[in-house]
Amino acid sequence: MKPMKIPRIKNGTVIDHITAGNAVKVLRILDIPQKQSSTVSVAINVKSKMGKKDIVKIENREIAHTEVDKIALIAPKATINIIREYEVAEKHKVELPDKLVGIAKCSNPTCISNGGEPVESRFIVLDKEKPRIQCYYCDREPDDIASRII
Amino acid sequence: MNFTGKDIISIKDFSKTEINHILKYAEKMIPFAKGEKTSTLLKGKILSSLFFEPSTRTRLSFESAMNRLNGRVIGFADPTATSQKKGETLADTIRMADAYSDIIVMRHPSEGAARLAADFADSPILNAGDGAGHHPTQCLLDLFTIFHEKKHIGKQNIVLLGDLKYGRTVHSLAYALSLYGSDLTFVSPKSLKMPREVINECKNLGATPTSTTKIEKALKNADVLYVTRIQKERFPDLEEYNRVVGTYQITPSLLEQVKEKMIIMHPLPRVTEIDPAVDQTNHAVYFKQAFNGVPIRMALLSLVSGVKL
Repeated sequence: MKPMKIPRIKNGTVIDHITAGNAVKVLRILDIPQKQSSTVSVAINVKSKMGKKDIVKIENREIAHTEVDKIALIAPKATINIIREYEVAEKHKVELPDKLVGIAKCSNPTCISNGGEPVESRFIVLDKEKPRIQCYYCDREPDDIASRII
Repeated sequence: MNFTGKDIISIKDFSKTEINHILKYAEKMIPFAKGEKTSTLLKGKILSSLFFEPSTRTRLSFESAMNRLNGRVIGFADPTATSQKKGETLADTIRMADAYSDIIVMRHPSEGAARLAADFADSPILNAGDGAGHHPTQCLLDLFTIFHEKKHIGKQNIVLLGDLKYGRTVHSLAYALSLYGSDLTFVSPKSLKMPREVINECKNLGATPTSTTKIEKALKNADVLYVTRIQKERFPDLEEYNRVVGTYQITPSLLEQVKEKMIIMHPLPRVTEIDPAVDQTNHAVYFKQAFNGVPIRMALLSLVSGVKL
C-alpha cells in the first residue's frame, strides 16, 4: 500500500485530477485562504496513471456549483468528491455549462459589459475540453482565462 | 421568411438564404429610395435614431429610408444633449427609446452595445456600429452593391485593401463573401494585416484567402476592389498611424491594367486613398454604394416591422 501523502479528511471536499500546476489557481478561485478557516491541504505534481496531477483537500466546506463551474475553466478534468464522515458521499466530474454568467470578466476594456451597465458578464463556452470562452456581448475570446475569473 | 421583430446585430446572425432575400427585396426599394415612387408602408411607425458617435451616411440614410416609407424619426446625433451626460446607463436610455418608438437604430462606441440593447428592448434593434465590433447594415449594403453592379455575388475575385486590422467593415465583408464562395485577396501594410481569427473564419467557410502587401498583382485579376481608409481614430499609437497612412493610393494610372468591368468600392469617408480623378472613371461605384444604404435600410426597416411592399 502506498503511503498517503495528504491525510484523509472527515468532512469537506477533495478536488482531484486538477491539471498539474493549477492547484494554486484553484485555491484563488475558491477564495482560499480568505474564505476558509479550516485546514486546506495541497499536493502538486502527484504521480498518477494519467501522468502528473494536483490535488486539493478542503476540510469542513462543501463547494458550491457556481464554484465548480469556475474550476472547470482552468481544470476541465478535475473531479469533485464531497466527503462526509470519511466517506465519499458525492462524486462528480466538473463540466463547463454552455453559458457562464457572472464568473469571468471580459478582457476587452471597451466591451459594454465593462461599462457600468446593469448586467453581469456573460460568456458562451466554445470548447469544454480545452476551455475556450467567448464574450456574449463583444465576441472577444480571452487568452488567459484564469486571470479573467471574478 | 419572417424577419418581424428581428434584431440586426451582426451579419453572422444571417444565413446566405436570408441575405439573398434581403438583397432581392432591397432591389424593389430602389425607385422609392430615389423618390420616383412614393409609399406609405411605415406610416404611423416611429424610428428611434440613437447615435452616440458621429456618423454622416449611416444616420442620414437610415433617416431617409424611414422618411421615404412615410415613417417618423426621433432621436439624437449628439449624446451630450441626453441624460447619458447625467450618468444614465445605456440600458435605461434603451428602455426609454423602446417606450417611445417601434424600431431602434443605434451607433455606440462600446463593442457589444447593440447586443445589450437588444436584451433590454422589445422593439427590434438595428446595429449601426458598435465600436470596433459589428456594422451589419454596412455589410449588407456592400453586398447589395456587388449584387446590383455584378448581377451576382458568388465566384469572383475580390480584393480588400487598406486597413484590414481595425476596419470593422472588411471583417464582416470577408466573412459574408466567404459564405458566397468568392476568391478573396487581402492587401494591406504588414502592421494592418487581416486578423488571424477573421482569416480562420473565412477558411472555416471554405474560402482560401491570400494576403499580400503588393497591390499591382492583386489588381490584375480583380473584379471588385474594396478600398478602406486608414482610420486614425482606431490607432492606439499615432506614430504607427503616420508610418502607414498613404501606403496605397488608387490613381487612374494604377487602373490602366485592370479589368474593364472592375468596380471600386469604398465605405467612405475617404481621405487620400482614392485620387478624386478616379471618380470620373467607370470603375468608381462608391457614391452609388453610399446611395445603396437607403434601399437596403428601407428593406430592413420594412422587414423587421413586418409590413412588406
